[in-house]
Amino acid sequence: MIDLDDTDRAILRVMQGDATLKASEIGRRVGLSQPAAWRRIKRLNEAGVLKPRQLDLDLEKLGFGVTVFLGVKLATKGRVSLEDFERAVTAIPEVQTVQHVLGMYDYRLRIVARDLPDFERVLRRRIMTLPGVGNVEANVLLSEEHLPGPLG
Amino acid sequence: MLNDLDRRLLRHLQADPDQPVSQLAEAAGLPLASCYKRLERLQAQGVIKGSRAAINWAALGYSVEVSLRVTLDKTDPRAFDEFLAAAREVPEVIAIQTFLGVVDVRLSVIAQSMPHYQEVYRARILTLPHIADIEALMQVATIKEAQSLPL
Repeated sequence: MIDLDDTDRAILRVMQGDATLKASEIGRRVGLSQPAAWRRIKRLNEAGVLKPRQLDLDLEKLGFGVTVFLGVKLATKGRVSLEDFERAVTAIPEVQTVQHVLGMYDYRLRIVARDLPDFERVLRRRIMTLPGVGNVEANVLLSEEHLPGPLG
Repeated sequence: MLNDLDRRLLRHLQADPDQPVSQLAEAAGLPLASCYKRLERLQAQGVIKGSRAAINWAALGYSVEVSLRVTLDKTDPRAFDEFLAAAREVPEVIAIQTFLGVVDVRLSVIAQSMPHYQEVYRARILTLPHIADIEALMQVATIKEAQSLPL
């Protein structure tokens, strides 16, 4: 595990907001020279502190009007292997994230669709036909905000 | 609006946002100049909003991540606003989502250990206003996290 000082935390806060900034600009904002900022960013990257950069696209402008979170309970535990379910669900293009969870559901899926009829198609043809799928709960995403977390 | 070439370009770009434009142009089968022009236009139209660097909290010692599904007491019209404003003040809350469905709000909460989680949960989560019910899902593993769009 990597130890962070206040300057590292300041760098991470800047990069969370905009991942396209150059080391010189990040350095300027936290009061470091370009080489010093670059060295710190390199160290953070090597320690795996930053996940791969993700493109932020406007879903609505691209025609994806709804995001739905599904809680999925497997019906026949022990009979269907988790690997089979995971392999099949990961291959569905509309499924953006798959999380294995502990609690009232076994998996949590994030799904994008053009509209509700399109979501229904994905649900019926792709999700309900997955090996071992049991009870499914759907919640339509209304808003989402990412917070800086404990970097303060 | 977007045509097939734009979609192809975005498909290649979201697979690797850090690649040089020359490589992107080749992958998408576009001349370099027109690739630049399209990227500029997609940015100007707001289709490409930017890019995010998400933090791998596990690498910073936050090994526990819990998804809290919160139902609010909606008899009070200020319930949503007051709950959200208070939740934003909790440092261990890294994401807030609101829903239409069984669940009203979901909080992603991280902690360094189970005792630390319990401390956060008791001192900072249970004290949030207007909570009617909370269910917790503990994250075991992330199987897929591409968040790429089926373009």
